[in-house]
Amino acid sequence: MILRLDALGVERNGRALVRDLSLEVGAGQIVGLVGPNGSGKSTALRCVYRALAPTTGAVLLHDRDLTALTRRESARRIAALTQEGGSELDFTVAEIVALGRAPHLRGNQALGAREQELCRRAMTQLDVLHLADRGVLTLSGGERQRVLAARALVQEPEVLVLDEPTNHLDIRHQIELLTLLRASGLTVVIVLHDLNLAAAVCDRIGVLAEGALVAAGTPREVLTARLVRAVFGIDATVVPHPLTGDPQLLYSLGAPA
Amino acid sequence: MNFIVSKRRPAQPSLPDHPAPATPGTGRGLGLGLPVIALLAVLLVSVVLAIGLGPATISPADTTRYLWAALTGGTLPAGDLTGYQIIWEVRTPRVLLAVVIGAGLSVVGVTVQALVRNALADPFVLGVSSGASVGAVTVIVTGALGAFGIHALSAGAFAGALAASALVYLASYSRAGLTPLRLVLTGTAMAYGFQAVMSVLVYLAPDGEATHTVLFWMLGGLGAATWGSLPTVAVIVAAGTFLLHRHARTLDAMALGDETAASLGVDTAALRRTLFVLTSLMTGAMVAVSGAIGFVGLVMPHLVRILVGARHSRVLVLAPLVGGIFMVWADLVARTLVAPRELPLGVITALVGVPVFITLMRRKGYVFGGR
Repeated sequence: MILRLDALGVERNGRALVRDLSLEVGAGQIVGLVGPNGSGKSTALRCVYRALAPTTGAVLLHDRDLTALTRRESARRIAALTQEGGSELDFTVAEIVALGRAPHLRGNQALGAREQELCRRAMTQLDVLHLADRGVLTLSGGERQRVLAARALVQEPEVLVLDEPTNHLDIRHQIELLTLLRASGLTVVIVLHDLNLAAAVCDRIGVLAEGALVAAGTPREVLTARLVRAVFGIDATVVPHPLTGDPQLLYSLGAPA
Repeated sequence: MNFIVSKRRPAQPSLPDHPAPATPGTGRGLGLGLPVIALLAVLLVSVVLAIGLGPATISPADTTRYLWAALTGGTLPAGDLTGYQIIWEVRTPRVLLAVVIGAGLSVVGVTVQALVRNALADPFVLGVSSGASVGAVTVIVTGALGAFGIHALSAGAFAGALAASALVYLASYSRAGLTPLRLVLTGTAMAYGFQAVMSVLVYLAPDGEATHTVLFWMLGGLGAATWGSLPTVAVIVAAGTFLLHRHARTLDAMALGDETAASLGVDTAALRRTLFVLTSLMTGAMVAVSGAIGFVGLVMPHLVRILVGARHSRVLVLAPLVGGIFMVWADLVARTLVAPRELPLGVITALVGVPVFITLMRRKGYVFGGR
């Protein structure tokens, strides 16, 4: 196991945001976290990229507690695409992407030739190279999201954590980003709202409700009409994807009262 | 398990053939060397000119001769004594203080804007200047700190500034550390409180001196510059600038948001503490000798970002130079325009700077914190 959440618990103001969450992520696996709003998905992720210290339990990387590593050491192994929309200051796209090297460089040390190439490749992969000299504040939400994804790739992590990375992206870029994840060979933990995309991209899915893990397994095992009904409170018809066989959910709007 | 296989097949990432720039990021990636040398030259010329100019104008040649004599310990004819004294004892420390204060306020402005994540922040947003005023007025009204002699006022102002910072720090501290919004709100609220305290002190003061002092600290000015007061503030500003520059890349990361900064290995809580302490010390030291000179710390950071982009490794090098040059000329205008009287320096910085800034901002389509 590369990454293991071990009985992870997070409390804030006496309220349990995440309760006794245990989850294993194998090398090269893509593990999805799904669940309704406020179910603790983002909170769990925040513990993985160390924006938050768990109240109980631990996040283990190669069986070592993350808190035993310095923050920079963790950041060299775990990169994150958070829900934050970019920047307060008008950096250029290339500057933002280059910041992904921050945990690898001392102080204000400049990027080497290999790192420049790395940035270039990441920008190419995410289709933002043509924006390299643009100010990031002039970009659309989706373009910015891709820039931030490129920044995370440049970090050369073992584990990539993504919190709703498809936000703001048009459908083509959603598919491209998820395809890129599959092709990258990275170990990925990803929060997705779109269950159909989750079924398509994830090797395993963990379902959270009120801070606790209520189901975990392959998309086929987890994404059933019964579970969707129980966790999300909606009726969905689950059909196999005609090409890939992944479970896909079809929704119908409730009848008007 | 066909579908698993199909997932694993790396689909061809579509690569639209956009004309790629030769080396991405070179738009603002020019070396720092040339601009730094150019600005240093402008600064040096400005300093020499500003030392020579004033109610008694002394030619640049004579100015250089006096300065050279002072620096190398040479001898001058007796007839030059008055000129020499004006140059060396009065104007030189004042112009050098202008450089230090202009540079320091600009650097602190850059940092505070990143610290509280607010484009409107300036070095005084955390209540430091009003705290300094309270300290200075307290010294006048109570006669405290007599042990410091002629530096009692500055010492009182510095103590007041640090006390204000400490209060703001304690009041805004929470489990999550120093959050930007809390810092700004606390600083602003505290500033109102300090102003109230100050008003009471002035109201109860038996003489007009307190009122005068308050005015000086609120508007700011460099009239109090002496060789005695210069070294301390110069050393604090220089050391602070050096230390802040070492955090340049971390400041860049923090501008992406605390979450992202954390994922890049930045301990944002610890960083905010460090920045808070450094900027408070620098601002306190500056306010103690020059009062709260407005506008410079707010606008120089934006001006420099408009010119060279947002990267702190560049901004923190160029902002002090640009700020220093600006302040030298602003102070020159302040002391010569209606000579022998002096205009408050803050008036000049605003009158000159605002139009320049707005023109630049409109021309380049500058954006900060959103569109």
